[in-house]
This record gives sequence, C-alpha cells and structure tokens, in this order.
Amino acid sequence: MIISIASGKGGTGKTTVATNLCASLDTDFMLLDCDVEEPNAHLFLNPNFTGKEKVNAPVPKVDLSLCTYCKKCMEICRYGAIAVAGETVVTFPELCHSCGGCTVVCPEKAITEIDRFIGTVETGSLSLPQTPSFGRGLLEIGQVMSPPVIRQVRQLEKKKNLTIIDAPPGTSCPVIASMKGADFVLLVTEPTPFGLHDLTLAVEAVKLLGIPCGLVINRAGIGNDDVKNYAQNENIPVLLEIPFDKQIASAYSKGELLVQALPEYKEIFKRLYTSIEAIVNRKGDA
Amino acid sequence: MKELVILSGKGGTGKTSLTAAFASLAGNMMLCDADVDAADLHLIMDPDIQETHDFAGGYEAEIIPDACTGCGQCMELCRFDAVKPVEGAGIFYIDGLDCEGCGVCADLCPESAIKFEEKICGQWFASSTRFGDMIHARLGIAEDNSGRLVALVRDEARKRVLANHIDLLLTDGPPGIGCPVIASIGHANAVLIVTEPTVSGIHDMERVAQLAAHFKMPAMVCINKYDLNPDQAQAIEAIAEKRNMEFVGKLPFDPAFTKAMVQGKSIMETHADSPAATQIKKIWNRVMEHPAMKLDRLC
Repeated sequence: MIISIASGKGGTGKTTVATNLCASLDTDFMLLDCDVEEPNAHLFLNPNFTGKEKVNAPVPKVDLSLCTYCKKCMEICRYGAIAVAGETVVTFPELCHSCGGCTVVCPEKAITEIDRFIGTVETGSLSLPQTPSFGRGLLEIGQVMSPPVIRQVRQLEKKKNLTIIDAPPGTSCPVIASMKGADFVLLVTEPTPFGLHDLTLAVEAVKLLGIPCGLVINRAGIGNDDVKNYAQNENIPVLLEIPFDKQIASAYSKGELLVQALPEYKEIFKRLYTSIEAIVNRKGDA
Repeated sequence: MKELVILSGKGGTGKTSLTAAFASLAGNMMLCDADVDAADLHLIMDPDIQETHDFAGGYEAEIIPDACTGCGQCMELCRFDAVKPVEGAGIFYIDGLDCEGCGVCADLCPESAIKFEEKICGQWFASSTRFGDMIHARLGIAEDNSGRLVALVRDEARKRVLANHIDLLLTDGPPGIGCPVIASIGHANAVLIVTEPTVSGIHDMERVAQLAAHFKMPAMVCINKYDLNPDQAQAIEAIAEKRNMEFVGKLPFDPAFTKAMVQGKSIMETHADSPAATQIKKIWNRVMEHPAMKLDRLC
C-alpha cells in the first residue's frame, strides 16, 4: 500500500503527520520524502544515511564535425533548448526536458546525450525498532526540474509493503508525481480560508487521479468551521484533528516528534493508520 | 520601478499575510501573486477582475484511434512513459497526466495518427483592488509549466508598473526553490525571506538563501512567530548575518493574523495596533531602506 501525504497549501503539517505516523507504526514500512525542493522529514527522524546516488538528466551534445545545420533538431524541440544559427549550434541545457527528440531526428547522428546533474537521492534507514527504509530527494540549488528527482526517489518503492510519501505543497506537476499510483492520499489542512482554498484545489487533483482520500485538520480551533463543512459536503472523511497547542508547536520547532512530546498521540496515529487501511481495503473489495 | 519578492522556502510561514500587510502600507504599488499553484492573495485582496486571459502553457499529444496501426513506435520513443496500450485493441493512447508535451511521438508517427495541439493550462487576470492593481493567475489542476505562468504574470505586472508610473511591485512568491521560484525572482530588486523559528523553517530558509545567492539576488530575512522558540530565532539572525542577508525584524505569534484572514482583510486593516502590526511597520521601513530597494530597475 502506498499512502501519499499532501496538502495544497504549504506549512499545514504534512511532515508532522508523515513523521509521527511513521513513528507510531508497529509494522515495517518505507518513508520517501518527495518534497525535493524543501525536504524536512529527516529533521524529525534522524535517519542513518548509507547510500547516495546522483539524479542526472540527459541533455544533447552536438558533434559539429558531423552537423550539416539542417535545423531538424531545432524544429522538433518544443523547449527552445537547441538553436541553429548559420554554422553554429547552441544548446541551452537548463531548458531541456530530456525528451530525446533531437537525437532521434538528427539525420547525421551528430547528437549524443550527456548527463546534467540536477539532484541527489539519498537512502538509509530510520532509527526505529523495525529499522524502516528511508529515501529522500534533493533538488540541486538553481535547478528547475523537480519531477525527475521525485520519480527517481519513487523508484525505491516496493509495491507489496507499506510506503509513506511526504509530498510537496501545491497542485502542479511535482505534486502529481508524488501522488500518482498511490492507494490513498491523506490531505493535511488547517481550518483557515487559505487552508480551505488550497484544500479544494488538492481535492480536485486527487479526484483527477481517482485515488481515495481522507483529511487531517491540523491546528484545529484557529480560524473557522468552513473546512469541516466542506469535507462533509464533499464526503471526505475527517480522520484526525490535531488541536492548536503551543506545546505541540514548541516541540515541532525543536525538531521533536509530537509522539515524543505527547506520547498519547501514538495511539491516535495508530488509529489513523487503521482507518486508512480500512478505507483502502474496502475499496479493494468493491 | 522597484520590485520586492516575498519568499520563504517552507510553505505556510506567512508570505501572503505579510504581502497583504505591506500592500496596506505601501502607497503607490501594484501586486503580483506569483504563487500560481495555490494562489491565496486574492482571498484578502478581493480583486475586481478587469481582464481574464487564457494561458496556453503547452501542448498535449492525442492518438487518433482510427488512424493508429499499433506499430508502437510512439511508446518506444516516449521518455515519459505516457504512451500506454489500449487493452485488447492493439493500439495505444496517451495519458495526459504523464505527457510532457514534447511532441516527439507526433512528429515521428509514421501514420500521422497523433494530434498535437496547444492546450489551455490556466488563466491569468488583471484586477483592481482597494490597495492598487493586481495581476494574478490560476494554473489548471495537475498542469505543468507553472514557471512559465509565473514568468508571464510577472512580465504583465512589470509592463503595467512601468506604463502607469507605479513606484513598487510587490510580488507574493511561491514556496520551494524550484522552477516557479526561480521564475519569480529574475530582475527583482531584492527578496524578503519570511521564516519561522523551527528546524524546518531554518532548513528551508537556508536552501532559499542559497538560491538567492546563486542568482546574485540581494536577500533580507524576517521571522514570523519568533516567540515560539526564541533560541531558534536567534540562530536565524546569526545565519542571516553569516550569509550576508540583512535581518529586518521579527514578528510575535499573533492570532490577529488568522482573525484578519477569516474576515478577508489584512492585519493592518483589522488590528493596526496589535503587536504584530506594530512590528510589520518597522520591518516595512527597514525593507524600503535597504540599498537594493533604492535602485530603479527599468527592465
């Protein structure tokens, strides 16, 4: 089973829910931090990193001694990443989407591909009794293509066991790359107008993917009841409410888990997992 | 003209609430919401939309079933695993969610069986608000090219700022450090990083600070909810100094932010004398005094 934890709005508590859920489980699992622009899960779970691999994107390299300046490469490229002007060919690797079109279309076979470094995938294990596997991606500073880094993190998934994914905020391509193929999306929001607005966008994305979802309302008590009313109207189960509590906020600020600061939450997160499991199994039976 | 971009790295630190507060203080300014993925500034600004434009952000391939002979070349060529077999039919279809819009399959299909058309990926708006004009957008759900839409709304905003002799463009940036963030900072005077005194806030601030340095963009730092963890707040001040970013102030945790948001107002409108509002005024003055904010950017 794959559970993806997403939100729409940033800073609502995705990582809090992901890390505390992990620290409460008795079964073995794998945690993947797919917020490759700003990964935070490691700050709360102190993984022991043992592996590191580069994420490279193939970009074109033109052998000018073979090039006849026919411009077919420039014509097929939708990203403006290769330009032929007179007897020069210029490539713009940062614009390249690595589709490979230019290499295929070149009649002289003058274009080969070289690797461009865009990020890193780090692997290791968490210091919990089951020593669960952990993986995270890290987009290199100044690089724009986060989906390939996310996809490489997700290659670590083993379909049979439980995988928990900490997704990035938003509703565009990096979020889709982090939710696609999941069995369940756990949406984390806060009961404010911003939280509600971005939740509705996230729910649209989840619907588009046809994945069942449930809601965690974090910082319950601030704002208003609109999120709850929305969830009721949309038939989205509210699986957990975490009240706004300065003690929780203070523990979080220090990198402490909620289940360490307030151990009674361990049972609460276990129940959260059980309710997710029940929803996924029900869908499997139907 | 001058442009200040509000960033944070980590989401939810208060970028939009602070942008709205600055808008109440700034006078002759224009707003740009560059968080096109999950835009929220309009919830406070209540914009009166004057113009709506489609954003044709990319292309999408579509296989015409009757023309497809099932040769499978498109599937072999596609680097994004977007071409999938139609079960039992011996032909293929393209999963729009995986399609990168590169057009390689369409260009090379021996039967010309693949349509490749521009698609509308979102909309952008030119609006007026009670504080000034505003350019904002909405990217379609699950769409690519948020960076291009960010670049577009900023271009439109900058054009109008120049044409209408507006002093300042205030840009509410997206979270993260990737494509849309990079598109939100080019040619700006400076960025203001809003962080919070948590391990995540610090970690993410450092990443966005490195990004600003990478693009040689002057950066300032302020802390929201500093009293949540004063030790971490002090650590942030030290990091700001070490990284050569001016530290422009810190805001206490103040429920007035959420109360104002629920009313669809900025904190300066509803709680002008609250502790946070008092600090915001000081921060605003320090931001505008920063040497980078004194330069006129014409491009």
